[in-house]
Amino acid sequence: MSNNLPGKRNPLQTKLWLSNFGLLMTVLKTFVFGIFLVLLYALFGDSFDFQKTPIQSGNRVSNSVAMDDDWDKVENGIHLQTGLIYDANFDIVRAHCTACHSGKLVAQNRATREGWLQMIRWMQETQGLWDLGVNEPKILDYLAKNYAPEEVGRRTNIDVAAVEWYILELENK
Amino acid sequence: MKNKGISNRREFLKNGSLTALSLAIGMDIVFAKNLPNHLLPIILETDKAFNLPDKHPEMTVLNDRPINAEAPAHLLNEAITSGDRFFVRNNGIPPEKSSIDPNTWTITIEGESAVNSKTYTLNELKGKFKNYTYQLTLECGGNGRKEFNPPAKGNQWSIGAVGCAAWTGVRLKDVLADVGVKSNAVYIGYYGKDTHLSGDPKKNPISRGVPINKAMEDESLIAWSMNGEPLPYLNGYPLRLVFGGYPASCSGKWLHKIVIRNKIHDGAKMAAPSYRVPCKPVPPGTKVPNEEMCIIESMPVKSLITSPKTGATIQVGQTLPVSGHAWAGDLAVKAMHYSIDFGATWQTCELTAPANRLAWQQFSSNIKFPKKGYYEIWAKATDSEGKAQPMVLPGWNPKGYLNNACHRIAVKIV
Repeated sequence: MSNNLPGKRNPLQTKLWLSNFGLLMTVLKTFVFGIFLVLLYALFGDSFDFQKTPIQSGNRVSNSVAMDDDWDKVENGIHLQTGLIYDANFDIVRAHCTACHSGKLVAQNRATREGWLQMIRWMQETQGLWDLGVNEPKILDYLAKNYAPEEVGRRTNIDVAAVEWYILELENK
Repeated sequence: MKNKGISNRREFLKNGSLTALSLAIGMDIVFAKNLPNHLLPIILETDKAFNLPDKHPEMTVLNDRPINAEAPAHLLNEAITSGDRFFVRNNGIPPEKSSIDPNTWTITIEGESAVNSKTYTLNELKGKFKNYTYQLTLECGGNGRKEFNPPAKGNQWSIGAVGCAAWTGVRLKDVLADVGVKSNAVYIGYYGKDTHLSGDPKKNPISRGVPINKAMEDESLIAWSMNGEPLPYLNGYPLRLVFGGYPASCSGKWLHKIVIRNKIHDGAKMAAPSYRVPCKPVPPGTKVPNEEMCIIESMPVKSLITSPKTGATIQVGQTLPVSGHAWAGDLAVKAMHYSIDFGATWQTCELTAPANRLAWQQFSSNIKFPKKGYYEIWAKATDSEGKAQPMVLPGWNPKGYLNNACHRIAVKIV
């Protein structure tokens, strides 16, 4: 009965199994890593040649939010590298939208599903955006959910919570 | 390499899911031949908040591809805006800096309404025509877009996509006269050396212009210098147009060609809805057909409180000096007021005359507050035709242009 327990094998079988499994895993890992590299190259191939990158000197912008090593990760629901909300269909949005422009352009805009569709049509008609095919509704799902308009009226209050209060020293009393 | 990368990427994206895409590419070829040794570090660089060349570290970067950055109000306190604080509105990718040689840079003037076609080197331009320096205000047509409701698409500019620099160059009208302008000319259009975001070499990122009357004004310049220095790289180095008072998109950067047109120029982003507003006012959220959208010409009257920075806390009884700038498109500002009671009463500010036509003007005042508490200082400019800034958002338009609602800062008296 004890021989029927899952995972219970005699020592020789176990050794063979582990050996084969280890080899299989190595092959799989290599393959997956290879795909990963190809994917990265296809997405970001034009940025490899950093001699050509126009941005390379000057001061770091003050709103930099992460350091070199941990940029491609999600923090507080935001994917740091793109600045986009990490949610269902993120990968598709990232692939199609950040191919031409920064994710920051997406993240700063707000629209209804219809409004986002209009932006996509405008990009297709004038900016060379391709047919999004079966991914279009997925992209719209993501955008309409995560970047929907808020009702703010004719003019919002000054964002008092965001004001950095400071003591202003004046000559006069 | 660059175009190849984009082309691969596009093929890759057209094919559907990421996994299918990665399999569709010849992995051995890409991997073995094209993958540079520094692959991973550069990948990590890709979308990082980066260094804007020659720009102040406090500039707010709205978008890094294409680059769009604006100044917070307090950075714009100078009467003449420094190059490192001047906003950047790029529609495409600037030419590589290493590829720009001012000694070999040329500009060509041609078009249906040009009598001749002529090409000048930058040095010929400087030597052949009289040089002029003017302080000219440039403001992005979408400055203030962030506040529109329903929201308008595009870069969500708050208040800092404006600046007034001292530009040096030659008068466009002198150069046009040298080429010869036919009597049927109605518009000029420009072409720059920036490239389209998609990487498609046949597409221009932007090619706009101005009516011939604006082109013929004294202050309309082909400029190579800002504040006595070569143009900042992101602001069009080595050569650009400057049309003060019009949407800054009219003032083409990395300029290498001007066309004199016998019709309204039809370059990229001239067509609706770009840089156009409804010809007739519409309710917020209206879908406006393209044929009912009209090209923006002069920008509206506007002002900015640049000192103190919002958030100032002072003692009760102290007098607060405030100052800033006011401008009015192709008009002048005739009056400047502030309110500390949400627009119930308005006090007059001191206002300087412009250094020259189309330069912004400086206002200042000393404010006393009646008691402790939270205040907002609102600034309102009035142009030479009597039009003043609104306190709420002006006419809604689909693309969110021309928001000239009064600027507000918050102060506390303790």
